[in-house]
Amino acid sequence: MLTNRSKQVVKKEMTIMEKAYLPAIFSGMLITFKHIFMKKATIRYPEQVREFAPVYRGQHVLKLDEAGAERCTACGLCAVACPAEAITMVAEERKKGEENLYREEKYASTYEINMLRCIFCGLCEEACPKEAIFLTDRIVPSTFERDEFIYGKDKLVETIDQKVDVTKRQTPEVLEFKKDKKHKHNRTFLDRVLKPSSKH
Amino acid sequence: MVKLTIDDIPVEVPKGTTILQAARLIGGDVTPPAMCYYSKLKTSGGYCRTCIVKVEQGSEKDPRPIPKPVASCRTEVAEGMVVRNITSPENLEARAGVVELLLVNHPLDCPVCDQAGECHLQDLAYENGKEETRYEFERREFEPIDIGDKIKLHMNRCIMCFRCVKVADQITDGRCHGVINRGDAAEISTYIEKAIDNDFSGNVIDVCPVGALTDRTFRFKSRVWYTKPVDAHRDCSKCCGKVRLWNQGEEVLRVTARKDQWGEVMDNEDGSTAWICNDCRFDKKHIKDWTVEGPSEINRHSVISANHYDTLRNIKADTLRMLGGKPHGEKVDLGIGALDPNNQHKQ
Repeated sequence: MLTNRSKQVVKKEMTIMEKAYLPAIFSGMLITFKHIFMKKATIRYPEQVREFAPVYRGQHVLKLDEAGAERCTACGLCAVACPAEAITMVAEERKKGEENLYREEKYASTYEINMLRCIFCGLCEEACPKEAIFLTDRIVPSTFERDEFIYGKDKLVETIDQKVDVTKRQTPEVLEFKKDKKHKHNRTFLDRVLKPSSKH
Repeated sequence: MVKLTIDDIPVEVPKGTTILQAARLIGGDVTPPAMCYYSKLKTSGGYCRTCIVKVEQGSEKDPRPIPKPVASCRTEVAEGMVVRNITSPENLEARAGVVELLLVNHPLDCPVCDQAGECHLQDLAYENGKEETRYEFERREFEPIDIGDKIKLHMNRCIMCFRCVKVADQITDGRCHGVINRGDAAEISTYIEKAIDNDFSGNVIDVCPVGALTDRTFRFKSRVWYTKPVDAHRDCSKCCGKVRLWNQGEEVLRVTARKDQWGEVMDNEDGSTAWICNDCRFDKKHIKDWTVEGPSEINRHSVISANHYDTLRNIKADTLRMLGGKPHGEKVDLGIGALDPNNQHKQ
Protein backbone atom coordinates (compact mmCIF):
# COMPACT_ATOMS: atom_id res chain seq x y z
CA MET A 1 0.00 0.00 0.00
CA LEU A 2 2.85 2.35 -0.70
CA THR A 3 1.25 4.03 -3.68
CA ASN A 4 -2.39 3.89 -2.65
CA ARG A 5 -3.19 2.65 -6.13
CA SER A 6 -4.07 -0.94 -5.35
CA LYS A 7 -7.62 -1.91 -6.13
CA GLN A 8 -9.74 -4.21 -4.14
CA VAL A 9 -11.12 -7.06 -6.30
CA VAL A 10 -14.91 -7.21 -6.17
CA LYS A 11 -16.76 -10.28 -7.35
CA LYS A 12 -20.03 -8.88 -8.58
CA GLU A 13 -22.71 -10.41 -10.75
CA MET A 14 -22.41 -9.69 -14.54
CA THR A 15 -25.19 -7.73 -16.25
CA ILE A 16 -27.19 -9.24 -19.11
CA MET A 17 -25.15 -7.29 -21.70
CA GLU A 18 -21.98 -8.67 -20.27
CA LYS A 19 -23.38 -12.16 -20.11
CA ALA A 20 -24.31 -12.04 -23.80
CA TYR A 21 -20.56 -11.68 -24.78
CA LEU A 22 -21.29 -10.75 -28.41
CA PRO A 23 -21.35 -6.90 -27.94
CA ALA A 24 -17.93 -7.08 -26.27
CA ILE A 25 -16.57 -9.26 -29.10
CA PHE A 26 -17.86 -6.85 -31.74
CA SER A 27 -16.42 -3.81 -30.04
CA GLY A 28 -13.09 -5.62 -29.82
CA MET A 29 -13.18 -6.61 -33.49
CA LEU A 30 -14.01 -3.00 -34.38
CA ILE A 31 -10.80 -1.82 -32.75
CA THR A 32 -8.82 -4.47 -34.64
CA PHE A 33 -10.47 -3.52 -37.94
CA LYS A 34 -9.76 0.17 -37.38
CA HIS A 35 -6.03 -0.55 -37.06
CA ILE A 36 -5.86 -1.93 -40.62
CA PHE A 37 -6.26 1.60 -41.94
CA MET A 38 -3.95 3.27 -39.45
CA LYS A 39 -0.27 4.12 -39.96
CA LYS A 40 1.91 1.09 -39.23
CA ALA A 41 4.14 1.14 -36.20
CA THR A 42 6.66 -1.23 -37.77
CA ILE A 43 8.90 -0.79 -40.81
CA ARG A 44 10.23 -3.27 -43.34
CA TYR A 45 13.76 -3.72 -42.00
CA PRO A 46 16.29 -4.22 -43.58
CA GLU A 47 14.91 -2.64 -46.78
CA GLN A 48 13.84 0.36 -44.76
CA VAL A 49 16.04 1.76 -42.03
CA ARG A 50 14.98 4.13 -39.32
CA GLU A 51 16.88 7.29 -38.62
CA PHE A 52 19.72 6.67 -36.16
CA ALA A 53 20.78 8.98 -33.38
CA PRO A 54 24.24 10.40 -34.11
CA VAL A 55 25.48 8.78 -30.91
CA TYR A 56 23.84 5.41 -31.53
CA ARG A 57 25.93 2.66 -29.95
CA GLY A 58 26.40 -0.15 -32.44
CA GLN A 59 29.32 -2.14 -33.77
CA HIS A 60 32.74 -0.90 -32.71
CA VAL A 61 35.44 0.46 -34.96
CA LEU A 62 39.16 0.72 -34.30
CA LYS A 63 40.25 3.97 -35.88
CA LEU A 64 43.26 4.73 -37.99
CA ASP A 65 44.79 8.18 -37.80
CA GLU A 66 45.00 10.59 -40.75
CA ALA A 67 48.19 8.91 -41.94
CA GLY A 68 46.65 5.46 -41.74
CA ALA A 69 48.38 4.18 -38.60
CA GLU A 70 46.46 2.26 -35.98
CA ARG A 71 45.63 4.45 -33.03
CA CYS A 72 45.16 1.65 -30.48
CA THR A 73 48.11 1.15 -28.20
CA ALA A 74 46.74 -1.83 -26.25
CA CYS A 75 46.67 0.05 -22.97
CA GLY A 76 43.85 -2.15 -21.75
CA LEU A 77 41.72 0.66 -20.35
CA CYS A 78 38.74 -0.35 -22.50
CA ALA A 79 39.00 -3.90 -21.20
CA VAL A 80 39.17 -2.76 -17.60
CA ALA A 81 36.25 -0.39 -18.14
CA CYS A 82 34.14 -3.07 -19.84
CA PRO A 83 31.42 -4.23 -17.44
CA ALA A 84 30.72 -7.30 -19.54
CA GLU A 85 34.39 -8.29 -19.86
CA ALA A 86 33.93 -8.61 -23.60
CA ILE A 87 37.31 -7.18 -24.66
CA THR A 88 40.62 -9.00 -24.71
CA MET A 89 43.88 -8.00 -26.31
CA VAL A 90 47.50 -8.97 -26.66
CA ALA A 91 50.11 -6.26 -26.94
CA GLU A 92 53.23 -6.29 -29.03
CA GLU A 93 56.18 -4.01 -29.52
CA ARG A 94 56.40 -2.04 -32.71
CA LYS A 95 59.46 -2.82 -34.76
CA LYS A 96 61.58 -0.32 -36.63
CA GLY A 97 59.98 0.61 -39.92
CA GLU A 98 56.43 -0.01 -38.75
CA GLU A 99 55.83 3.58 -37.72
CA ASN A 100 53.41 3.99 -40.61
CA LEU A 101 51.31 1.08 -39.32
CA TYR A 102 51.15 1.78 -35.62
CA ARG A 103 51.13 5.15 -33.91
CA GLU A 104 52.75 4.13 -30.66
CA GLU A 105 55.64 2.00 -29.58
CA LYS A 106 53.20 -0.66 -28.46
CA TYR A 107 50.23 -1.95 -30.39
CA ALA A 108 47.54 -4.60 -30.12
CA SER A 109 48.57 -7.65 -32.10
CA THR A 110 45.19 -9.20 -31.35
CA TYR A 111 42.16 -7.31 -30.22
CA GLU A 112 38.92 -9.17 -29.76
CA ILE A 113 35.44 -8.12 -28.77
CA ASN A 114 32.91 -10.79 -28.00
CA MET A 115 29.77 -9.26 -29.47
CA LEU A 116 27.60 -11.71 -27.58
CA ARG A 117 28.95 -10.45 -24.29
CA CYS A 118 29.03 -6.79 -25.29
CA ILE A 119 26.16 -4.73 -23.93
CA PHE A 120 27.00 -1.68 -26.09
CA CYS A 121 27.28 0.62 -23.12
CA GLY A 122 30.05 2.67 -24.72
CA LEU A 123 32.32 2.69 -21.68
CA CYS A 124 35.24 1.46 -23.83
CA GLU A 125 34.82 4.48 -26.06
CA GLU A 126 34.78 6.71 -23.02
CA ALA A 127 37.83 5.08 -21.44
CA CYS A 128 40.01 5.21 -24.54
CA PRO A 129 42.82 7.75 -24.09
CA LYS A 130 43.93 7.46 -27.71
CA GLU A 131 40.61 8.01 -29.50
CA ALA A 132 41.06 4.58 -30.99
CA ILE A 133 37.79 2.79 -30.30
CA PHE A 134 34.40 4.18 -31.18
CA LEU A 135 30.95 2.71 -31.33
CA THR A 136 29.19 3.37 -34.62
CA ASP A 137 25.66 3.34 -36.00
CA ARG A 138 26.22 -0.04 -37.65
CA ILE A 139 24.27 -2.98 -36.31
CA VAL A 140 26.14 -6.20 -35.61
CA PRO A 141 24.83 -8.69 -38.17
CA SER A 142 23.36 -11.92 -36.89
CA THR A 143 24.83 -15.30 -37.77
CA PHE A 144 24.26 -18.89 -36.80
CA GLU A 145 27.59 -19.69 -35.18
CA ARG A 146 28.73 -18.36 -31.81
CA ASP A 147 32.39 -18.06 -32.75
CA GLU A 148 31.53 -15.70 -35.58
CA PHE A 149 30.53 -13.14 -32.96
CA ILE A 150 34.06 -12.83 -31.66
CA TYR A 151 35.27 -9.91 -33.71
CA GLY A 152 39.00 -9.68 -34.21
CA LYS A 153 41.06 -6.91 -35.70
CA ASP A 154 40.04 -7.99 -39.21
CA LYS A 155 36.47 -6.90 -38.52
CA LEU A 156 37.12 -4.06 -36.10
CA VAL A 157 39.90 -2.00 -37.69
CA GLU A 158 38.66 0.34 -40.39
CA THR A 159 40.43 0.25 -43.73
CA ILE A 160 42.23 3.24 -45.13
CA ASP A 161 39.88 3.54 -48.12
CA GLN A 162 36.73 2.89 -46.11
CA LYS A 163 37.01 5.08 -43.07
CA VAL A 164 34.17 5.25 -40.61
CA ASP A 165 33.07 8.77 -39.86
CA VAL A 166 32.81 9.38 -36.13
CA THR A 167 32.96 13.18 -36.09
CA LYS A 168 29.33 13.37 -35.03
CA ARG A 169 30.19 11.52 -31.86
CA GLN A 170 32.73 14.12 -30.84
CA THR A 171 32.04 17.51 -29.35
CA PRO A 172 33.02 20.66 -31.27
CA GLU A 173 35.66 21.35 -28.59
CA VAL A 174 37.33 18.00 -29.25
CA LEU A 175 37.26 18.52 -33.01
CA GLU A 176 38.81 21.95 -32.54
CA PHE A 177 41.50 20.53 -30.22
CA LYS A 178 42.43 17.88 -32.77
CA LYS A 179 43.41 20.53 -35.30
CA ASP A 180 46.12 21.79 -32.96
CA LYS A 181 49.28 20.08 -34.12
CA LYS A 182 51.42 21.31 -31.26
CA HIS A 183 50.02 18.51 -29.12
CA LYS A 184 51.69 15.19 -29.70
CA HIS A 185 48.29 13.54 -29.52
CA ASN A 186 47.36 15.15 -32.82
CA ARG A 187 50.55 14.49 -34.75
CA THR A 188 50.91 11.56 -37.09
CA PHE A 189 54.15 9.94 -38.16
CA LEU A 190 53.95 12.00 -41.35
CA ASP A 191 54.05 15.20 -39.32
CA ARG A 192 57.16 13.92 -37.61
CA VAL A 193 58.80 12.93 -40.87
CA LEU A 194 58.02 16.19 -42.65
CA LYS A 195 58.80 18.44 -39.69
CA PRO A 196 61.23 16.66 -37.39
CA SER A 197 61.20 17.84 -33.81
CA SER A 198 64.16 19.94 -32.76
CA LYS A 199 66.87 17.67 -31.44
CA HIS A 200 67.88 18.17 -27.91
CA MET B 1 65.10 11.93 21.84
CA VAL B 2 63.72 14.94 20.04
CA LYS B 3 60.12 16.08 20.23
CA LEU B 4 58.46 17.85 17.32
CA THR B 5 55.03 18.22 15.77
CA ILE B 6 54.11 17.47 12.18
CA ASP B 7 50.73 18.86 11.16
CA ASP B 8 49.99 19.33 14.87
CA ILE B 9 50.66 15.65 15.57
CA PRO B 10 53.37 15.28 18.21
CA VAL B 11 56.06 12.70 17.58
CA GLU B 12 59.24 11.75 19.39
CA VAL B 13 62.22 10.50 17.41
CA PRO B 14 65.93 9.94 18.02
CA LYS B 15 68.31 12.79 17.25
CA GLY B 16 69.51 12.79 13.66
CA THR B 17 66.24 11.52 12.19
CA THR B 18 64.96 13.36 9.16
CA ILE B 19 61.55 15.03 9.09
CA LEU B 20 60.41 12.54 6.44
CA GLN B 21 61.32 9.56 8.61
CA ALA B 22 59.54 11.14 11.56
CA ALA B 23 56.46 11.69 9.39
CA ARG B 24 56.59 8.06 8.26
CA LEU B 25 56.42 7.02 11.90
CA ILE B 26 53.09 8.84 12.09
CA GLY B 27 52.04 7.46 8.71
CA GLY B 28 48.97 8.24 6.65
CA ASP B 29 48.41 11.47 4.76
CA VAL B 30 50.85 13.43 6.90
CA THR B 31 53.79 11.68 5.24
CA PRO B 32 55.23 13.74 2.39
CA PRO B 33 55.60 11.81 -0.87
CA ALA B 34 59.13 10.96 -1.95
CA MET B 35 60.28 10.37 -5.48
CA CYS B 36 64.04 10.27 -5.09
CA TYR B 37 64.52 9.47 -1.40
CA TYR B 38 64.80 5.75 -0.69
CA SER B 39 65.37 4.79 2.92
CA LYS B 40 67.22 1.62 1.92
CA LEU B 41 69.81 3.50 -0.12
CA LYS B 42 72.45 5.66 1.50
CA THR B 43 72.81 9.28 0.38
CA SER B 44 69.59 9.12 -1.63
CA GLY B 45 67.20 12.04 -1.57
CA GLY B 46 67.44 15.77 -2.00
CA TYR B 47 66.95 15.88 -5.77
CA CYS B 48 63.27 15.88 -6.59
CA ARG B 49 61.85 18.16 -3.89
CA THR B 50 58.42 16.56 -3.83
CA CYS B 51 58.85 15.96 -0.11
CA ILE B 52 59.00 19.67 0.72
CA VAL B 53 57.41 20.80 3.97
CA LYS B 54 56.97 24.11 5.68
CA VAL B 55 58.86 24.56 8.95
CA GLU B 56 56.96 27.11 11.02
CA GLN B 57 59.32 26.97 13.94
CA GLY B 58 62.91 25.92 13.47
CA SER B 59 63.41 24.73 17.03
CA GLU B 60 62.58 25.58 20.61
CA LYS B 61 65.70 27.68 21.05
CA ASP B 62 65.32 29.52 17.76
CA PRO B 63 61.58 29.77 17.05
CA ARG B 64 62.01 31.60 13.75
CA PRO B 65 60.48 29.82 10.77
CA ILE B 66 62.67 28.52 7.98
CA PRO B 67 61.91 31.03 5.21
CA LYS B 68 61.67 28.53 2.36
CA PRO B 69 60.12 25.08 2.03
CA VAL B 70 62.66 22.45 3.04
CA ALA B 71 63.26 19.00 1.60
CA SER B 72 62.04 16.84 4.47
CA CYS B 73 64.12 13.84 3.39
CA ARG B 74 67.33 15.77 3.99
CA THR B 75 66.43 17.97 6.95
CA GLU B 76 67.10 16.73 10.45
CA VAL B 77 64.56 17.25 13.17
CA ALA B 78 65.20 19.67 16.03
CA GLU B 79 63.70 19.92 19.48
CA GLY B 80 60.38 21.80 19.38
CA MET B 81 60.23 21.96 15.60
CA VAL B 82 56.82 22.72 14.11
CA VAL B 83 56.38 21.20 10.67
CA ARG B 84 53.42 21.67 8.38
CA ASN B 85 52.73 19.45 5.41
CA ILE B 86 49.09 18.96 4.46
CA THR B 87 47.83 21.61 6.88
CA SER B 88 49.64 24.31 4.94
CA PRO B 89 47.90 25.28 1.67
CA GLU B 90 50.96 27.13 0.43
CA ASN B 91 53.08 24.04 0.93
CA LEU B 92 50.64 21.96 -1.10
CA GLU B 93 50.66 24.61 -3.79
CA ALA B 94 54.46 24.58 -3.85
CA ARG B 95 54.43 20.79 -4.15
CA ALA B 96 51.96 20.95 -7.01
CA GLY B 97 54.42 23.26 -8.72
CA VAL B 98 57.22 20.77 -8.18
CA VAL B 99 55.08 18.02 -9.64
CA GLU B 100 54.35 20.10 -12.67
CA LEU B 101 58.05 20.69 -13.20
CA LEU B 102 58.77 16.98 -12.83
CA LEU B 103 56.24 16.39 -15.58
CA VAL B 104 57.76 18.95 -17.92
CA ASN B 105 59.90 16.43 -19.71
CA HIS B 106 57.93 13.35 -18.77
CA PRO B 107 56.02 11.99 -21.75
CA LEU B 108 52.33 11.39 -21.18
CA ASP B 109 52.58 7.87 -22.52
CA CYS B 110 51.01 6.04 -19.58
CA PRO B 111 48.90 3.93 -21.99
CA VAL B 112 52.15 2.54 -23.41
CA CYS B 113 54.22 2.40 -20.25
CA ASP B 114 54.58 -0.85 -18.32
CA GLN B 115 54.82 1.02 -15.04
CA ALA B 116 51.34 2.55 -15.34
CA GLY B 117 49.21 1.50 -12.39
CA GLU B 118 52.13 1.25 -10.00
CA CYS B 119 53.90 4.43 -11.01
CA HIS B 120 54.68 6.84 -8.20
CA LEU B 121 54.76 9.81 -10.53
CA GLN B 122 51.31 8.92 -11.85
CA ASP B 123 49.96 8.74 -8.31
CA LEU B 124 51.69 11.95 -7.38
CA ALA B 125 50.36 13.79 -10.42
CA TYR B 126 46.81 12.68 -9.73
CA GLU B 127 47.06 13.46 -6.02
CA ASN B 128 48.22 16.96 -6.79
CA GLY B 129 45.70 17.63 -9.53
CA LYS B 130 48.21 17.75 -12.33
CA GLU B 131 46.73 15.28 -14.78
CA GLU B 132 46.76 17.92 -17.46
CA THR B 133 49.81 19.57 -18.88
CA ARG B 134 50.30 23.24 -19.61
CA TYR B 135 53.63 22.58 -21.26
CA GLU B 136 53.56 23.30 -24.96
CA PHE B 137 57.16 22.89 -26.07
CA GLU B 138 59.05 19.87 -27.31
CA ARG B 139 59.96 17.41 -24.62
CA ARG B 140 63.38 15.88 -24.73
CA GLU B 141 63.35 12.60 -26.61
CA PHE B 142 65.64 9.59 -26.58
CA GLU B 143 65.48 6.21 -28.19
CA PRO B 144 64.87 3.39 -25.70
CA ILE B 145 68.13 1.61 -24.82
CA ASP B 146 68.66 -2.01 -23.83
CA ILE B 147 70.82 -2.20 -20.73
CA GLY B 148 71.80 -5.83 -20.99
CA ASP B 149 69.27 -8.29 -22.29
CA LYS B 150 66.90 -7.95 -19.34
CA ILE B 151 66.52 -4.25 -18.63
CA LYS B 152 65.09 -1.51 -20.84
CA LEU B 153 65.95 2.14 -20.30
CA HIS B 154 63.44 4.73 -21.48
CA MET B 155 65.33 7.92 -20.85
CA ASN B 156 62.25 9.97 -21.88
CA ARG B 157 60.48 8.96 -18.71
CA CYS B 158 63.37 9.47 -16.31
CA ILE B 159 62.94 12.13 -13.64
CA MET B 160 66.59 12.02 -12.53
CA CYS B 161 65.98 10.66 -9.05
CA PHE B 162 69.39 8.94 -8.99
CA ARG B 163 67.98 5.92 -7.19
CA CYS B 164 69.25 3.47 -9.80
CA VAL B 165 72.67 5.05 -9.62
CA LYS B 166 72.69 4.51 -5.86
CA VAL B 167 71.69 0.89 -6.39
CA ALA B 168 74.47 0.42 -8.90
CA ASP B 169 76.83 2.05 -6.43
CA GLN B 170 75.82 0.35 -3.24
CA ILE B 171 74.34 -3.03 -4.09
CA THR B 172 76.22 -4.14 -7.16
CA ASP B 173 79.96 -4.20 -7.57
CA GLY B 174 81.86 -3.03 -10.62
CA ARG B 175 79.74 -0.03 -11.29
CA CYS B 176 79.14 0.92 -14.90
CA HIS B 177 75.96 2.91 -14.55
CA GLY B 178 75.72 6.58 -13.83
CA VAL B 179 74.64 10.02 -14.94
CA ILE B 180 76.29 11.84 -17.80
CA ASN B 181 75.94 15.50 -18.73
CA ARG B 182 74.51 18.15 -16.48
CA GLY B 183 71.29 20.01 -15.80
CA ASP B 184 68.57 19.72 -18.37
CA ALA B 185 70.79 17.55 -20.56
CA ALA B 186 71.55 15.01 -17.84
CA GLU B 187 70.81 11.40 -18.65
CA ILE B 188 71.23 7.98 -17.10
CA SER B 189 73.70 5.91 -19.02
CA THR B 190 75.99 2.97 -18.77
CA TYR B 191 79.65 2.98 -19.64
CA ILE B 192 79.36 3.05 -23.45
CA GLU B 193 76.09 1.14 -23.22
CA LYS B 194 77.90 -1.64 -21.48
CA ALA B 195 75.55 -4.28 -20.22
CA ILE B 196 75.15 -4.42 -16.50
CA ASP B 197 75.79 -8.04 -15.71
CA ASN B 198 75.72 -8.21 -11.99
CA ASP B 199 73.56 -10.56 -9.95
CA PHE B 200 71.70 -7.67 -8.34
CA SER B 201 71.42 -5.23 -11.24
CA GLY B 202 67.73 -6.01 -11.70
CA ASN B 203 66.96 -4.08 -8.55
CA VAL B 204 67.26 -0.85 -10.48
CA ILE B 205 63.84 -1.76 -11.90
CA ASP B 206 62.31 -1.96 -8.45
CA VAL B 207 63.71 1.32 -7.22
CA CYS B 208 62.75 3.29 -10.34
CA PRO B 209 59.74 5.42 -9.34
CA VAL B 210 58.67 5.80 -12.98
CA GLY B 211 58.77 3.59 -16.05
CA ALA B 212 62.29 4.56 -17.08
CA LEU B 213 63.81 1.22 -16.13
CA THR B 214 61.56 -1.71 -16.91
CA ASP B 215 61.80 -5.46 -17.06
CA ARG B 216 62.34 -6.66 -20.63
CA THR B 217 61.01 -10.11 -19.79
CA PHE B 218 57.70 -8.45 -18.87
CA ARG B 219 57.75 -5.85 -21.61
CA PHE B 220 54.24 -5.27 -22.94
CA LYS B 221 53.15 -8.70 -21.71
CA SER B 222 50.25 -7.38 -19.72
CA ARG B 223 49.20 -4.41 -17.66
CA VAL B 224 49.84 -4.56 -13.95
CA TRP B 225 46.18 -4.50 -13.02
CA TYR B 226 45.51 -7.65 -15.01
CA THR B 227 48.16 -9.56 -13.14
CA LYS B 228 47.68 -10.84 -9.67
CA PRO B 229 50.37 -10.41 -7.04
CA VAL B 230 51.19 -13.31 -4.75
CA ASP B 231 54.01 -13.57 -2.26
CA ALA B 232 56.33 -16.51 -2.85
CA HIS B 233 59.78 -17.74 -1.91
CA ARG B 234 62.41 -20.19 -2.99
CA ASP B 235 65.81 -21.30 -1.74
CA CYS B 236 68.24 -19.03 -3.49
CA SER B 237 71.96 -19.15 -2.92
CA LYS B 238 72.44 -15.53 -3.95
CA CYS B 239 69.59 -13.65 -2.34
CA CYS B 240 66.86 -14.03 0.27
CA GLY B 241 64.54 -15.54 -2.34
CA LYS B 242 61.48 -13.71 -1.03
CA VAL B 243 59.63 -12.22 -3.95
CA ARG B 244 56.31 -11.11 -5.28
CA LEU B 245 55.03 -12.97 -8.33
CA TRP B 246 52.69 -11.24 -10.74
CA ASN B 247 50.54 -13.98 -12.18
CA GLN B 248 48.02 -14.27 -14.91
CA GLY B 249 46.23 -17.51 -14.21
CA GLU B 250 48.98 -20.06 -13.61
CA GLU B 251 51.53 -18.12 -15.61
CA VAL B 252 54.18 -16.06 -13.84
CA LEU B 253 54.56 -12.91 -15.91
CA ARG B 254 56.85 -10.95 -13.67
CA VAL B 255 58.87 -11.31 -10.50
CA THR B 256 59.66 -8.33 -8.30
CA ALA B 257 60.91 -7.75 -4.79
CA ARG B 258 58.28 -7.24 -2.12
CA LYS B 259 57.42 -3.62 -1.53
CA ASP B 260 56.26 -2.00 1.68
CA GLN B 261 53.68 0.74 2.07
CA TRP B 262 56.17 3.40 0.96
CA GLY B 263 56.86 1.56 -2.28
CA GLU B 264 60.29 0.50 -1.07
CA VAL B 265 61.73 -2.98 -1.01
CA MET B 266 60.84 -4.66 2.28
CA ASP B 267 63.21 -5.70 5.02
CA ASN B 268 64.10 -9.26 5.94
CA GLU B 269 63.63 -10.47 9.50
CA ASP B 270 67.28 -9.71 10.25
CA GLY B 271 66.87 -6.09 9.16
CA SER B 272 68.69 -6.38 5.85
CA THR B 273 66.87 -5.28 2.72
CA ALA B 274 65.23 -8.03 0.68
CA TRP B 275 66.86 -7.22 -2.65
CA ILE B 276 66.46 -10.10 -5.07
CA CYS B 277 68.96 -11.48 -7.53
CA ASN B 278 68.60 -11.58 -11.30
CA ASP B 279 68.12 -15.35 -11.32
CA CYS B 280 65.00 -15.04 -9.20
CA ARG B 281 63.78 -12.00 -11.08
CA PHE B 282 64.32 -12.94 -14.69
CA ASP B 283 64.81 -16.68 -14.99
CA LYS B 284 62.41 -18.33 -12.57
CA LYS B 285 59.21 -17.74 -14.48
CA HIS B 286 57.48 -20.95 -13.63
CA ILE B 287 55.04 -21.36 -10.79
CA LYS B 288 56.75 -24.64 -9.90
CA ASP B 289 59.97 -22.79 -9.11
CA TRP B 290 58.23 -21.09 -6.21
CA THR B 291 56.53 -21.87 -2.95
CA VAL B 292 53.50 -19.63 -2.96
CA GLU B 293 52.64 -18.11 0.40
CA GLY B 294 49.44 -16.31 -0.52
CA PRO B 295 48.08 -13.13 -2.07
CA SER B 296 50.13 -10.01 -1.52
CA GLU B 297 48.86 -7.19 0.57
CA ILE B 298 47.88 -4.48 -1.86
CA ASN B 299 46.12 -1.26 -1.00
CA ARG B 300 42.43 -1.69 -1.66
CA HIS B 301 42.29 1.60 -3.51
CA SER B 302 45.09 0.66 -5.87
CA VAL B 303 44.16 -0.18 -9.44
CA ILE B 304 46.01 -3.46 -8.88
CA SER B 305 43.23 -4.51 -6.51
CA ALA B 306 40.61 -3.82 -9.18
CA ASN B 307 38.59 -6.89 -10.14
CA HIS B 308 40.45 -9.08 -7.67
CA TYR B 309 37.47 -9.86 -5.56
CA ASP B 310 39.22 -12.70 -3.82
CA THR B 311 42.13 -10.76 -2.37
CA LEU B 312 40.68 -11.03 1.06
CA ARG B 313 43.93 -10.07 2.60
CA ASN B 314 44.06 -6.42 1.66
CA ILE B 315 40.41 -5.75 2.37
CA LYS B 316 40.54 -7.28 5.80
CA ALA B 317 43.80 -5.58 6.68
CA ASP B 318 42.43 -2.28 5.48
CA THR B 319 39.27 -2.62 7.48
CA LEU B 320 41.17 -3.51 10.61
CA ARG B 321 43.35 -0.50 10.10
CA MET B 322 40.36 1.75 9.72
CA LEU B 323 38.90 0.39 12.92
CA GLY B 324 42.19 1.15 14.62
CA GLY B 325 42.88 -2.47 15.38
CA LYS B 326 46.47 -2.49 14.23
CA PRO B 327 48.90 0.25 13.37
CA HIS B 328 49.52 1.09 9.74
CA GLY B 329 51.64 -1.39 7.88
CA GLU B 330 51.74 -4.08 10.52
CA LYS B 331 51.01 -7.60 9.31
CA VAL B 332 47.60 -8.81 10.35
CA ASP B 333 46.79 -12.42 11.01
CA LEU B 334 43.88 -13.24 8.78
CA GLY B 335 43.02 -16.79 9.64
CA ILE B 336 43.37 -19.84 7.48
CA GLY B 337 41.37 -19.06 4.35
CA ALA B 338 43.16 -15.91 3.30
CA LEU B 339 46.57 -17.50 3.14
CA ASP B 340 45.51 -20.74 1.53
CA PRO B 341 47.22 -20.82 -1.87
CA ASN B 342 44.31 -22.80 -3.29
CA ASN B 343 42.06 -19.87 -2.56
CA GLN B 344 43.63 -17.50 -5.01
CA HIS B 345 42.40 -18.84 -8.29
CA LYS B 346 38.79 -18.90 -7.32
CA GLN B 347 36.89 -16.78 -9.78
